[in-house]
Amino acid sequence: MKSTSIKSNNKRLFTILIILGFAIINLLISLLMGLWSYSWLPIQASKAAYYVDNLFAFETTVGTFIFLGCTGTMAWILIFNRAPKYDESNGQPLEGNVKLEILWTVIPLILVLAISTYSTKVNYKLKNLGSKIKYDIGQEIPISHNKEIFDYGPIDVISRQWNWEFIYQNGIHSSELHLPLNKRVNFRLITEDVIHSFYVPAFRLKQDIIPGSVITYSLTPTKIGVYRLRDAMFSGAYFSQNQTNVIVESEENFNKWINDTVKKELQNGLNPAGRLYDKRLKNGNRGWATVKPAPAPKVQEIGSEEKPHDG
Amino acid sequence: MTIVNYDQRLVKTKNPYPKGPNEWKRFFSFNTDAKVIGIQYIVTALFFLLIGGLLGMLVRGELITPPSDLFDPTVYNGLYTMHGTIMLFLFLFPILSGLTNLLVPPMIGAPDMAFPKLNALAFWLVPIFSIILLLSFFVPGGPASSGWWSYPPISIQNPLGKVINGEMLWITAISLSGVSSIMGAVNFVTTIIRMRAPGMGFFKMPIFIWTVLAAQMLQLLGLPALTGGAIMLFFDLTFGTSFFRIEGGGDPVLFQHFFWFYSHPAVYVMVLPVFGIFSELFPVYARKPLFGYKFVAIASFGITILSLIVWVHHMFYTGTPLWMRNLFMFTTMLIAVPTGVKVFAWIATLWGGNIRLSTPMLFCLGGLFNFIFGGITGVMLATVPVDIHVGNTYFVVAHFHYIIFNTIAFGIFAGIYHWFPKFTGKMFYEGLGKVHFALTFVGATLNWLPLHWAGLLGMPRRVASYDPEFAIWNVIASIGAFILGVASIPFILNMVSSWVRGKSAPPNPWKAIGLEWLLPSPPPHENFEDDIPTVLNEPYCYGLDKPFIEDEEFYINKSFRKD
Repeated sequence: MKSTSIKSNNKRLFTILIILGFAIINLLISLLMGLWSYSWLPIQASKAAYYVDNLFAFETTVGTFIFLGCTGTMAWILIFNRAPKYDESNGQPLEGNVKLEILWTVIPLILVLAISTYSTKVNYKLKNLGSKIKYDIGQEIPISHNKEIFDYGPIDVISRQWNWEFIYQNGIHSSELHLPLNKRVNFRLITEDVIHSFYVPAFRLKQDIIPGSVITYSLTPTKIGVYRLRDAMFSGAYFSQNQTNVIVESEENFNKWINDTVKKELQNGLNPAGRLYDKRLKNGNRGWATVKPAPAPKVQEIGSEEKPHDG
Repeated sequence: MTIVNYDQRLVKTKNPYPKGPNEWKRFFSFNTDAKVIGIQYIVTALFFLLIGGLLGMLVRGELITPPSDLFDPTVYNGLYTMHGTIMLFLFLFPILSGLTNLLVPPMIGAPDMAFPKLNALAFWLVPIFSIILLLSFFVPGGPASSGWWSYPPISIQNPLGKVINGEMLWITAISLSGVSSIMGAVNFVTTIIRMRAPGMGFFKMPIFIWTVLAAQMLQLLGLPALTGGAIMLFFDLTFGTSFFRIEGGGDPVLFQHFFWFYSHPAVYVMVLPVFGIFSELFPVYARKPLFGYKFVAIASFGITILSLIVWVHHMFYTGTPLWMRNLFMFTTMLIAVPTGVKVFAWIATLWGGNIRLSTPMLFCLGGLFNFIFGGITGVMLATVPVDIHVGNTYFVVAHFHYIIFNTIAFGIFAGIYHWFPKFTGKMFYEGLGKVHFALTFVGATLNWLPLHWAGLLGMPRRVASYDPEFAIWNVIASIGAFILGVASIPFILNMVSSWVRGKSAPPNPWKAIGLEWLLPSPPPHENFEDDIPTVLNEPYCYGLDKPFIEDEEFYINKSFRKD
């Protein structure tokens, strides 16, 4: 290491003060970004959402600090280290600095290990995913042997190209998913054709549904309201229509819904893809190839696509 | 600081239009010269950038409004699938092979690649599989439309039941692309290991060579998995085998392992050479040595090794057991360390430099800026709980476009501008280059920055229609995409007009250190021919009293000599 110029102590102090000043401003902005980041996410409607949002806010804070630190330095260089026109002389011939290089290897290492450890803790706290049991076509869908802890369920979630059906323990078939507030609900996720994904943004949870396997899954809704459930794994032509609503109700209203619905007649449930496919056939079946949508499920509760949600 | 006048020799040199035995015709022949092949690759790839870009704009046109109103959803699915496939396999991989072909032999002082015929064969597979892929637009039922992942069972549903279908042509094209890349990788690795100039030990190689070696070794290790997976998928689709069909006891998730075992490292295959370009260009335009050369060099292989053990992070929500998710989260996070080493080294290289904001430097700085952002969102995606929310949403789309376009394509543009004078013998127009940069940066930022928020709010990727609450982000994104389309105009104009009637380029217009800059522009057929220089130091000793090669003056004089 060669030093090309001798700096006075005053100048060094001044530099340290400037860097410190920038670091403090950067830290303040990063903390504000962390607080702001909560507003970028949907409403928090499950136990998981609280943990996920905190982790995300933490990462936003750290990320902003690193981003502004790096790009701020780049901006500083671009303002103060520009070559005058026709000046083709060399800059300071610094080849490296082993101490600095070790520092910026070790600090990020500690940082990412810390974030990973934090995330691992969150994973163990949530434990949404239960067992995944394979079964053969034509066999009865197996029931999980694991002792899973839940308050209500299991509710069977059946996904298809392209509609959803929910079957409750007492035999209710529904096109929308009703859940009791603050109860850990257990699901058995089943697909009848391709891979789908059970995704409720307000719950911050997503689980793929794999053909030939039944996956058990648990979650705890924590806020009364109507939330979108979307298929998040591409499943073909009418993939984007494959959505329905989750209705989280107080235990009282939920029980009332269960008792009322079980008496209703079965009728055709939500099936927007079928409607679009009929339209396509009417218009001469133009477009590229698609499999035929599954028929609408026979359900007691049709639900509605148009309900205001995630509000 | 001293003001240096231009070397008078610069103005006097005459540099002929790149000539060869039969002029321009050689670009359309089975030519075995790596420099010809490089240009063949780059021009072919840029053509497909336009096609892929057009498809991208059609996709953004559909998404500018919430309902699916521009196309039938089946058409939309085909368009986005082909957009992704063309951009990856017909634009990015070929253009990087092109740059690698142009740069590797001159940079290490080799006359050509180790296996010139294999090299030409690898290139000529590109037009073949490109045509196969494009033909799939015209078969009954349309092209493949299950996304570039082509996950079974959706990819093997084959609704019309025909043997020749879009998906079948897609798999054929991808397998051939894999074969072409393996051929290329064998060639690059052999050339770099066996054909370096005397004195060029591993720790005197340019960083670009380090990164190419790291990337091409990944190709050799990973591509067989993807190609094997693709062939199994082909059998399932065409012959009714059941590798991935549950009806015969197969497992669809198995394909995801084959696919991501290669396709995650594939991102590093593309980004590593771009890291190499950054490492080459920052010292030139900051007039400073590369900070921490050895750390930057070794970090490339750190990335290679780690990238082979992270693929399950694409499968955090497919039913992967918790312990495995935690394990792969840790390995994925570790990649941030060698990548961080590189980023910090580049910033330290810029620090205290004498910065010249020419077009290549602007693209490098823009690419680095975007990469820091994309890297941070990458760490967010690596953490399991956040990924479970934003995985498979527009957050991922935004993140990977920040890497794949805003970093990789920026680096590629920087490289094209930087080495354009060397390989065409003509200077490009700086003004048009800056317009190209400005439009690209603004368009790319408008296109992909807003989509992060759409994803955070829960908009799944690959949708043809969406709930109205996501509309605002999508409108901005579509405007950005159209600006990117416009940005291609100054670029094409610049490349074509400069090559046809640009000013002749001197051998070393940027006063850069490096073996390629000691050759005439354009370099002769066999580069240094019999006088291969002996390398003394790594090519970054700007302002240091360390000679680059033995008898540098001889080679400088030789580079000005007419043939």
